[in-house]
Amino acid sequence: MSIFLYLVEHDRGRIDETALGGLTGARLLAESRDAGLQAVVIGAGAATAAEGLDAYGAELIHLVRHDLLVDYGPDAWAESLAQLAGTTGAGAVIATGTDRGNEVMAQVGARTDLAMVANCLEIEPDGDDWLMTRVRWGGSLRERARLSAPVKLVTLAPHSTDAAPAGEPAAGTVAEFNPELDESDAVTMVVDRVTVSEGITLATAPVVVSGGRGVGSAEAFDIIEELADLLGGAVGCSRVVTNNGWKNHKFQVGQTGTVVAPDLYIACGISGAIQHWVGMMNAKNVLAINIDRDAPMVTKADWAVIADLHQVVPAISAEIARRRTLAAESG
Amino acid sequence: MGSAVRILVCVKRVPAPGAKIVLTPDAQDIDSSLLGFAISPHEECAVEEAVRIVEREGGSVTVMTLGPPEAEEQLRSAVAVGATSVVLLPSDVPDWDPVSTSRALVSALAGLEDEQGEPFDLILFGNESADSGGYQVGIRVARSLGRPMVTGIKGIDTGEDSISARRETPSGWEVYRLPLPAVVGVKEGINLPRYPTLKGRMTARRAPVTTIEPVAGSSGQSKVMLMTPPDAGSAVEILGEGPEAAPAIVDIMESLGLV
Repeated sequence: MSIFLYLVEHDRGRIDETALGGLTGARLLAESRDAGLQAVVIGAGAATAAEGLDAYGAELIHLVRHDLLVDYGPDAWAESLAQLAGTTGAGAVIATGTDRGNEVMAQVGARTDLAMVANCLEIEPDGDDWLMTRVRWGGSLRERARLSAPVKLVTLAPHSTDAAPAGEPAAGTVAEFNPELDESDAVTMVVDRVTVSEGITLATAPVVVSGGRGVGSAEAFDIIEELADLLGGAVGCSRVVTNNGWKNHKFQVGQTGTVVAPDLYIACGISGAIQHWVGMMNAKNVLAINIDRDAPMVTKADWAVIADLHQVVPAISAEIARRRTLAAESG
Repeated sequence: MGSAVRILVCVKRVPAPGAKIVLTPDAQDIDSSLLGFAISPHEECAVEEAVRIVEREGGSVTVMTLGPPEAEEQLRSAVAVGATSVVLLPSDVPDWDPVSTSRALVSALAGLEDEQGEPFDLILFGNESADSGGYQVGIRVARSLGRPMVTGIKGIDTGEDSISARRETPSGWEVYRLPLPAVVGVKEGINLPRYPTLKGRMTARRAPVTTIEPVAGSSGQSKVMLMTPPDAGSAVEILGEGPEAAPAIVDIMESLGLV
């Protein structure tokens, strides 16, 4: 039986929903090919990250350890993964198409001189080849692609499969793998970290309150921030806003910014150009506040208010505050 | 970095972001008859970053592209914002796969480095191209050249014989330190690219374009066709036309468990 390796991304032992979604996608892919799924967890913190992966269908979990694997590094991770793929005779190596996932898999491709197909949504066999649908233009276009290679290297588009445990947990046997690495593999390792903010982040916030051209100025973002604070959410913005210098690029949602998938996305004064839409189209619910009833963001939203955001946003904040006060008084 | 820093930036001509995308009848390509073109956004920032480094430290910025003959337009726009010289690898074949693209770039690049007798100190790529989004050409080039590369970079500080590169994470920054020569994949947000000056445009019009015939190849990946994603479907419910919609909005937030 063929085996598929899935690289479990983790940050010093912590794994997130995106990685579990990817593992779920890899399991479904392996099942459809009658292949066994094995998880790969690399470096310091690997043992912590490996806990519970059996529930998601990992028959074998490779803990990859080496003295040089102290932190994330694309070369060290890719070299380890390529060696493990060789040792196990894997038929496919899979990761999720995050910054790190695509980076490591491209490094594996470069090391093995094999093609690597990024951000796949669907994969089906065609003889020995794979036919896949993959993301182009950040999601506004798709490509049907063919992959002919003895070992298939792919990344799965983030959020393309929801994390779901297997019907029955797999064996989840843990095996240690010690790759041969030298100093040259450690050149690209993280050497330092700067923590700017803890807590709610744009990528993982349950609510994102986002402002676009209609906000009009940097100062007017105050009302967006107030509402985000009240909801325990994060502030986002469109590309126009960063190009105008109203907000730092780290707030930008879209193809060239951050991709978000909150429970609720509140788009204030955002017309919804395609490069913005692809950054938030995985939101479970969308509320648009816009003066233009025909704006793409309005027509694609679940709910819309056709009005000036400068009046509506403070009114929402006031209504939330009013209800909280009432609840506090009656409670 | 030493005196006279040499930087190479690889860019790609793509339809201007935000334009409505329509496919050709055979679904092999984007119908570009009505589209404007631009340098892919991450790469536009890479050009700006290279120009800023050279303005600070002295040296030269070479910009190279593999693309149709019309990509000369994007090379001239790079000169207009400060690139020193430009190189075109012309090809009428659209959509080179990532492996073939990187081989062609490496071959051309090796020729340029042979000519100048030393490697580029720094090679910059965009993190991924806006259109095909393969996330790998730069990495394959770096590996072929035996040089270190990190991607997703939104900050570069230059040192004597190394650079420090910062990648944004949800909570802050990861810092990498690469010995030179090195390769970096740049992300939009590292800077705000400047607009060309009138003088820049004049220089760009007269700038010579070096042409190198790209070496064609193939790999295991091939395009079958392009498709438009299924429409999300719209059943928008209009909650109101003014601040009086606030209670209805907060009702929805409560039903979602957010308030």
